[in-house]
Amino acid sequence: MMDYIAEIFSYPFAVRAIIVGSLVSLCAALLGINLVLKRFSMLGDGLSHVSFGAAAIALAAGVAPLKLSIPIVIIAAFLLLRLGRKANGDAAIAMVSSSALAIGIIVATMTTGMNTDINNYMFGSVLAMSKGDVYIAVAVAVCVIILFILFYEKLFCISFDEEFSRAIGVKVGFYNTLNAILTAVTIVVAMRIMGALLISSIIIFPPMSAMKLCKKYRLVVILSACVSIFAFLMGIFLSFFYDMPVAAAVVATKHIIFIVFSIISKIKYK
Amino acid sequence: MSLIEVKNLSAYYENKEIFSNLNFSVYEGDYLCIIGENGSGKTTLMRLLLGFKVKKSGSIILRGVTRKEIGYLPQKTETQRDFPASVNEIIMSGFSSKSFFGIRYSKAQKEKALKNMELLEIGELKNRSFKELSGGQQQKVLLCRSLCATSKAILMDEPVTGLDSASREEFYALIRKLNLSGIAVIMISHDINKALVEGKNILHISENGYFYGKTIDYLESGFGGAK
Repeated sequence: MMDYIAEIFSYPFAVRAIIVGSLVSLCAALLGINLVLKRFSMLGDGLSHVSFGAAAIALAAGVAPLKLSIPIVIIAAFLLLRLGRKANGDAAIAMVSSSALAIGIIVATMTTGMNTDINNYMFGSVLAMSKGDVYIAVAVAVCVIILFILFYEKLFCISFDEEFSRAIGVKVGFYNTLNAILTAVTIVVAMRIMGALLISSIIIFPPMSAMKLCKKYRLVVILSACVSIFAFLMGIFLSFFYDMPVAAAVVATKHIIFIVFSIISKIKYK
Repeated sequence: MSLIEVKNLSAYYENKEIFSNLNFSVYEGDYLCIIGENGSGKTTLMRLLLGFKVKKSGSIILRGVTRKEIGYLPQKTETQRDFPASVNEIIMSGFSSKSFFGIRYSKAQKEKALKNMELLEIGELKNRSFKELSGGQQQKVLLCRSLCATSKAILMDEPVTGLDSASREEFYALIRKLNLSGIAVIMISHDINKALVEGKNILHISENGYFYGKTIDYLESGFGGAK
């Protein structure tokens, strides 16, 4: 068993994937709590589709995908968060998301064709991590963790009650902007591993699972982070030894955790 | 002495006037009920008092109280219904604008929170989960959170909406208790009868101007058909 694990760590690409994956899983879980609570669960899905569109255009133009994706997805995050507040917010997100996917597919088929790169963007790949991705992932993770430790009370107050926060002088706009930017960058990086089609799971599953068991916000935050990282490592493990696709294995693991937590909560709080 | 003095205040939404030339004051230990039909501008007025961005003319002068010291009890939102948080976490968040760079809540703040919980008779709920409480209990928790943010004045937006009549009476009694302890209360309400019983002063906004004055004078004025 230990030999197997040591074997995984002997591949540089696997080490990179584990570092990046664990960090973005952590970020997604932390940022996801507020998105789920504020009914913005589909934001991750929408952003990843936009990111896919941007990546397809970048590949066609011969630009490094991250350079184009990050700014475009940050803009999209602002737009979607704003649209999401309106009455037909969910419809707006779905429209933006499918349009971006469509543009991406059109550009990809007309230029490079639906090749492995595009396939990886759709369903994720552990092989895709470069050194650059590692640096970005570390930077984002550090930002998210600092944000959470320094501004924990304010973030809690805002996600519970925006109007009240504004009234007592919390700079709601600033924190929401920061949240949008960090979510956007997390999605862009995580999409390389998880793929555009499976990514919303890394935002939604950990908080939803943690909320099944925890009644305190602080515990939800901690458990959500743990679930997210555990599920990712489990996914890597399954992928190595049973030849499963990583992203799908991660989602399946999260699904099982969610079911287990649901059952425990049913028994405990009957 | 007046804490808040409003002079010639008009508010606009997309260049349409919502109300115009309001003049009124909120005094120390006041109990002002703001009443009016839906769409008369009660909520806009409240947003102005809280310092939110609204197109306006005229002035709101604060004396001996800052914007941040005016507590606020907003209407409950959809999100809060199943929000995973303990009562204590929610009450302490009233201090969150004062928490600074990760320094956790201070001992003094924790003591103030405890005192407020006792005042509102919710001490035993401290470690309960917010979403498991009854509507009346939730409202008391939110009121307690507002009290942590202020000790001078508190704005309440339709605070008894959605409560059953027993909880309503209980909540009104609590507001009286707070008011007697010296906190100025500004309450938006569409329940005119209750406002007349509870309030010291009345501000009635309507399409045809407004009334501001003592509750007794309001009855005599016959404004808004009150007799």
